[in-house]
Amino acid sequence: MKKTGRVLTILIFIFLYIPMAVLIVGSFNEGKSLARFDGFTFEQYAELFRDQELLQLLANSLIISILASSIATAFGTVASLGIQNLGPRMRRTVMRLTDIPMTNPEIVTGISLSLLFVFVGTKLLGQRNSLTFWTLLIAHITFNLPYVILNVMPKLSQMDSSLTDAAMDLGCTPLQAFFKVTLPEILPGVAAGFIMAFTMSLDDFVISYFVTGMDFVTLPVEIYNYTKKPIPPKIYAMFTLLFLLILALMIAMNLLQLRSDRKKQLTAEQGGAR
Amino acid sequence: MMRRNKTVLLSVPYILWMVAFTLIPLGVVGYYALTDPDTGAFTWGNLQALGTYLPVFGESIAYSVVSALICLVLGYPVAYFIAQRGPVAQKLLYMLVMLPMCMSFLLRTLAWVALLQDTGIINQILQALGIGQMKLIRTPGAVVLGMVYNYLPYMILPLYAILVKMDNRLIEAAEDLGCTPVQTFLRVILPLSMPGIVSGITMVFVPAVSTFYISQKLGGADTVLIGDVIERLFKQGDNANLGAALSLLLMVLVLVCTGLMNRLTGSDGEDVVVV
Repeated sequence: MKKTGRVLTILIFIFLYIPMAVLIVGSFNEGKSLARFDGFTFEQYAELFRDQELLQLLANSLIISILASSIATAFGTVASLGIQNLGPRMRRTVMRLTDIPMTNPEIVTGISLSLLFVFVGTKLLGQRNSLTFWTLLIAHITFNLPYVILNVMPKLSQMDSSLTDAAMDLGCTPLQAFFKVTLPEILPGVAAGFIMAFTMSLDDFVISYFVTGMDFVTLPVEIYNYTKKPIPPKIYAMFTLLFLLILALMIAMNLLQLRSDRKKQLTAEQGGAR
Repeated sequence: MMRRNKTVLLSVPYILWMVAFTLIPLGVVGYYALTDPDTGAFTWGNLQALGTYLPVFGESIAYSVVSALICLVLGYPVAYFIAQRGPVAQKLLYMLVMLPMCMSFLLRTLAWVALLQDTGIINQILQALGIGQMKLIRTPGAVVLGMVYNYLPYMILPLYAILVKMDNRLIEAAEDLGCTPVQTFLRVILPLSMPGIVSGITMVFVPAVSTFYISQKLGGADTVLIGDVIERLFKQGDNANLGAALSLLLMVLVLVCTGLMNRLTGSDGEDVVVV
C-alpha cells in the first residue's frame, strides 16, 4: 500500500515535469524543433539577450506583475484590517465579493473587464483606444487582491487583538501599532500573498489576452500570438531562466516560513517553561 | 470602540474597488448580451441563439468532468502520500506541486505538442521499440491529457490541505476496532476528505470547462469547446454581444455545477482555502 503510493507519486511528478524538461532541453538545442535534439549550444541564450523586442516584452511582464502585486499587497493588507473588524454578516458579504474573481472562469473575468473598459472608454469618454497599460494594471490588481486577502485574513484572525490594544495603551499611535505589532505578526501571510499574486500576474495569459491593447503587450500574450508562426527557440531559453527565478523565489519563501515556524516553536517552548 | 469603528473604514476602498471591477463588469456583460451588435438596441436575439451552442456546452462539460475525475483518481494517492511525510519533505513536495502552476501554461502545452505529434518524441520512441507510429495528437485523448496535466496540481493542493489536518488517531481507532485498510479508507478517510474532494473537483472543472488553448493545440478540428467559441467571437468574429451571452451562460453553468456539488456533498465549500 505504502509502496504503491510512493511509486505513483514518483510517476506523477515525472508526468508533471517532463514537458518542462522538454522545454529546458530545447533551450540548449542547436535546431529549432523541440522534438529533435541536433546538438548542444548556448546560442539561444545569446540570441535571447540580443533580441531587444523580446526583452522589452519580458520587461513589460515584470513591470505589470511587480506593480500589480505590490499595489494589491498594500491595498489588500490595509483592507484586511478593515474587513477583520466588520460585523459577521457584512464580513461574509465582503468575502463573497472577494470570491468572485476566484470562482469565475478566467475567460469570463477577462471578458467582463474588457467590456467594461471598452464601454466606459469608447461610449462614455469617447476614446478611440480604451485598452491601455492602465486598464491592464487595473485588471491585474483586481485578480491579485483576493490572493492577498485570503492569505492575510487567516493570520489576522489568529492574532491576539489585545496585542494592538496594549501597544496603543502604551502610547503607540495606530500607525505605529500597525508597523511595530500587527505587521510583524501577519508578515508571513502578507509575503505569501505577495509572492502568489506576483507569480499569478507574471504568468497570466487569459485575462491579459482580453484586456490588453496594442500599445502594451506582455510576454504570455505574445507567446500566444507566436503559436500561429513557428516559435523561436530563444523563448525556451527565457522559459528556463524564468523557471530558475520562480524556483529561487519558492525556496526563499519556504526558508522564510521554516524560520518563522521554528521561531514560533521556540517562543512556545519558552512560554511552556515559564 | 472608537478605534474599531475607524478601522472598519479601511475596508471601504476595497469594497468600492471590487464592486467597480467585479460586479459592475458582470452587469456590463449582461448589457452586451441583451443588445444588438449593429444597432445597440435591446434584443433577446443573442440569448435565443444560445440554443445552437448547447452541443458545444455538452462537449465541454463532458471533457472537463472526465478530466476532473481522472485528476481525482491520480491526485488523491499523491496528496495522501505527501500528507504522510515529515514536515520538511512535505514543504519540498508541496513546492514541487506548485512550481508547474507558476510556469507558462502555453509553453508547457506546446511541449506536449512536441511530445505527442506524429514525428514527436513519444512516436520516435515507439518506432525505435518497433511498435510503430500512433496517432496521439488531435484526438480527444490528447485534450483530456492536456487538461489533466495542466490542472492536476489544482486537485492535489486542496486534497493535501485537508488530508494533512486529518487526525491520525481516528485512523488508528478505526484499525483498532477491526476495520480492514479498505474499510478504514472508505468509512473514515474518504468521508473526512470530502471538502477537499469537492474543492479539488471545482478547481479542475472551472478552468477546464472554459479553456480554449488546450483544445486549439491538442484537439482535432472537430474538438470545439465553449472557450474556443467565445474567444473567436471576441477576437475574430467581432460579435461581442453573442460572446457576452455565451459568457453569461458559462458563468451560470459554473455556478450551478459548483452549487450542485456543494449541495450534494453537504459542504458549503468555504472551509478549504487553497494555498
